[in-house]
Amino acid sequence: MLLLKCPYCGAKAEETEFSGGGEAHLSRQKSGSTDAGFAAYMFERRNPKGVILERWHHAYGCGKWFHAARSAVTLEVFGTYSVQALAPPKDIIAKIRARLPEWEEKK
Amino acid sequence: MSFRLPDGGCLIDRSQPVAFTFNGKRVQGFRGDTLASALMAADRRMVGRSFKYHRPRGIMASGVEEPNALMNMGEGGRFEPNQRATTTELFDGLIARSQNHWPSLGFDIGALNNKLARFLPAGFYYKTFMRPQWAWKHVFEPIIRRSAGLGQVPTKPDTDRYEYFYAYTDILIAGGGVAGLEAALEAGRSGAKVLLLEQSPYFGGRFMVDDVEVDGRNGPAHITYLLDEIAKLPTVTLRSRTQGAGVFDHGYALGFERLNDHAPTASGPRHRLWRIRAKRIITATGALERTLNFAGNDKPGVMLAGAVRDYVRLYGVAPGARTVVVTNSDDAYRTALTLHAAGLEVPLIVDSRPQAGALADAARQAGIRIETGHAIARVNGYKHVTSVEICLQSGAGNAVETVACDCVAMSGGFSPVVHLWSHCGGKLLWDEANAMFSPDISRPPTNQHGEGFVLPAGAALGALETEACLASALAAGRQAVDEVGQSRAGDTAPRQVRAQPEAPMSPVWAMPANAPYRLRSKTWLDFQNDVKLTDIQLAAREGYESVEHAKRYTTIGMATDQGKLSNINGLAVLAAALDADIPAVGTTTFRPPYTPVSLGAIAGEAAGKLFKPTRKTAIDGWHESHGAIFEPVADWRRPYAYPAKGESVQAAITREIVATRSAVGLFDASTLGKIMVTGPDAARFLDLLYTNMMSTLKPGKCRYGLMCNENGFLMDDGVVARLSEDTFLCHTTTGGSDRIHAHMEEWLQTEWWDMQVFTANLTEQYAQIVVAGPRARKVLEALGGMDVSPGELPFMGFVEGKLGGIKARIFRISFSGELSFEVAVPASRGLLLWNLLLQAGASHGIRPYGTEALHVMRAEKGFVVVGDESDGTVTPHDLNMSWAVSKKKDDFIGKRGMQRSFLTGQNRKQLVGLRTLSDTEKLPESAHAVENGKAIGHVTSTYFSPTLGHPIAMALINGGQGRLGDVLDFSAGGAIRKARIVDPVFYDKEGARQDV
Repeated sequence: MLLLKCPYCGAKAEETEFSGGGEAHLSRQKSGSTDAGFAAYMFERRNPKGVILERWHHAYGCGKWFHAARSAVTLEVFGTYSVQALAPPKDIIAKIRARLPEWEEKK
Repeated sequence: MSFRLPDGGCLIDRSQPVAFTFNGKRVQGFRGDTLASALMAADRRMVGRSFKYHRPRGIMASGVEEPNALMNMGEGGRFEPNQRATTTELFDGLIARSQNHWPSLGFDIGALNNKLARFLPAGFYYKTFMRPQWAWKHVFEPIIRRSAGLGQVPTKPDTDRYEYFYAYTDILIAGGGVAGLEAALEAGRSGAKVLLLEQSPYFGGRFMVDDVEVDGRNGPAHITYLLDEIAKLPTVTLRSRTQGAGVFDHGYALGFERLNDHAPTASGPRHRLWRIRAKRIITATGALERTLNFAGNDKPGVMLAGAVRDYVRLYGVAPGARTVVVTNSDDAYRTALTLHAAGLEVPLIVDSRPQAGALADAARQAGIRIETGHAIARVNGYKHVTSVEICLQSGAGNAVETVACDCVAMSGGFSPVVHLWSHCGGKLLWDEANAMFSPDISRPPTNQHGEGFVLPAGAALGALETEACLASALAAGRQAVDEVGQSRAGDTAPRQVRAQPEAPMSPVWAMPANAPYRLRSKTWLDFQNDVKLTDIQLAAREGYESVEHAKRYTTIGMATDQGKLSNINGLAVLAAALDADIPAVGTTTFRPPYTPVSLGAIAGEAAGKLFKPTRKTAIDGWHESHGAIFEPVADWRRPYAYPAKGESVQAAITREIVATRSAVGLFDASTLGKIMVTGPDAARFLDLLYTNMMSTLKPGKCRYGLMCNENGFLMDDGVVARLSEDTFLCHTTTGGSDRIHAHMEEWLQTEWWDMQVFTANLTEQYAQIVVAGPRARKVLEALGGMDVSPGELPFMGFVEGKLGGIKARIFRISFSGELSFEVAVPASRGLLLWNLLLQAGASHGIRPYGTEALHVMRAEKGFVVVGDESDGTVTPHDLNMSWAVSKKKDDFIGKRGMQRSFLTGQNRKQLVGLRTLSDTEKLPESAHAVENGKAIGHVTSTYFSPTLGHPIAMALINGGQGRLGDVLDFSAGGAIRKARIVDPVFYDKEGARQDV
């Protein structure tokens, strides 16, 4: 059971206080998008063995959504950040690179 | 025979006899005994029958690894199967029954399987019972179910209480043997918060029975010293009878405490589940002794050497009068010396190694005969050991000698208990010298900071010899202190240990090395699941080369002991069969918990009425006191119907419908979700949320709306009222209130965060009461205070004011098809309004109706229910509701999804009405429509309509909207019922009744 920190209310809490929302930084495909683009948005997930960027909801807390950068292998949490960010902030990228110098965010 | 020794037994109190029953017979032990030690003291060595072959089985171990001595324990509401006799503390009145035999333990019909063993190898059930096909269901399966399995299933509800306990600590230590205690003392001296859990009732582990000397103290004295020192430290907590059961992500751990299994009349909960967060976890979980693989190693009287020593030293019990010791390592010599010192006969020590170590000299000095390079060829005896045949270890099992004995103490070396280390991803390495897997401390499980958080200590690390064990424990204590950010209080000097040096062990996976099939097929690896050496070899021959496959094919390690004794032997045998190295074959996965945790403890207090909260409306008490029968809807309970005394439920439903359609009915709709959406962008937001247009709705008006997910599938529906230019009140289904509110928030926060919109879930703020029927308006007028005339309050409008003195909002919306008003008042006024409406309506024949009457009336009108007519794969178009899907809007959630080719095809399942050809028999729920042998759709709702006097139904049928008038066959439990496809609106299609 993970420990996460909600970047909005500041609570450090057990995973059971949050609910997971899947992969972060997807861009929504509206009417007019291609079939391939829509399928990718709806169903294709990267699920890397390594750093994952994901959405979380502080469901039994302040109710806010946020993003987390975490290793799916070591369970290290590099940080949590605003749900309105389109990519992880610099300090979190620096923390990831400190562990994994080659790491690039794949779009 | 086994018996109580005249003295000794450091855990028992001979002045306190304890009486219990075993298989209905009265037996006596002492305070401090386990059930196993007391049975052994009473010469009851055969305590069960094996799982598959029904072979007699005896007590083999003295702790949690025991595979054989499983008991049905207790009676009635306290009955529990598969309890290990070795970890059951004796108490007055304990009731135990042995398992897996019929008609009795001594005479068991199932033992016939033992004679047929040759025909029942691993995986036999995949290869046999194939033909004839009918025989599986009627012959084979019933027989197998009766003869396989271990304990019985309880028949009464559990009468005990259980609870959770949350604990936060710097350092958690699993294991209260010498390594755990040393680590606790060293860490605790720094002031760090330390919690130590020990699964057994006493501390000290092997130090209580091994002859060692530490800093001039013997084993038990050193344990007492450590406990005394720890008692002085205010930040260290010790808990006995509490197992560190599992290690999980980020320092989360589970402890399983058995509070009064040993004292069932005590008050308080029976078990407690500890939910622990620790910065560091020290696993001082010791090691488990391994069995040796010789023929007949499962017979009662064949035991682990360490366990034999435990019974003598801890409980003053002799497992046998004459014990042959067989070993591949030094530790078993301590057992031989212990037996000898207790005045028991040890005719022979069989050591498979060519040479023994220094402990052998001590044994020789005591006059014990030792045969090195030898092995046990087979064990003789059926219900207990009578003799062993000795052979050369390097040979094929030709006996050179037969030695009479009534007990065999075996030791195949030790395996560190690496379970807790491995639960969260700690890796293992193969220790060639000791032929065991031990923790690879360079690859620990890591926490949220990417740091290792589990530190193995003592034998659990692989430090089997005392000096290394103690040094590793002190080191682990210090490392944990450093890593949790405390400063050390000065390091304890290395302990001065006096113990016999040990000679290297030599792995033995088959005894003798070239044992023929005749012997191998009687050599057990997994005692609880009855897996033999030949079964693993068969699995390898049949291509189950992965250890995970071989495990599942043979079921090795899959019993309740999870292979504590069998796993290493099993994979060594598999490696040999595959001609591979043991580390290349690898281990199966270690999964928590370490030993079974009771379901009661996992449930905690969440049982019965506390399982889940029930949401009740403000009017619930009235429903209850007026005979309502309830149905659960989401977390709510709602009145299903209000049968009068002596009235059937069906009659009540019919009466409620007739009253509403002919006069006036009253319905508690408070459970409907009510979400306020407000702000300058509220209208724009709702246009994105609903499939139809909400921005064009005028203030003071209501509109029915549909909500889809991004796939284009219907997820909720309800009436939206525009309270003002920038404020909407969105009604959701009863089950949807929380979900839809969360859905709104998700989109607002994660996609459209530029919009200025607030949402608030007001569901429980309002009581909402439906007044429906031709006389509904008269009832409201009688109550007075608000103008509800068609001019002032037209269909799909709402008004605000005071109704009968209560602040109210009245919506003119209808789910029944009748003239209908939904009156919303503050929840605190709900019951008052309900009673006022009943009074005002009395002269008009007002009657409350429940959810079933509601459902029948809405079906008569062809209205859908989300979750009945929709199942998460249904679009609004499928439900004939294209009118509610805007073509004008650029975007709404689900628009793109609905454009996919699969969702626009003509042969999708579409909503239709069904008129049964019979006027009396309704279609069964969910019945399939069958055409040309294929299912082409299914019934979604089916009722008898009292209004129409015949059954009605709705269904989703392939291309149904184009098949009006067709008669379809529906399967009804073997029979076929016919129904004609009709318009789903059965009643008042033009809507004249609701718009008056």
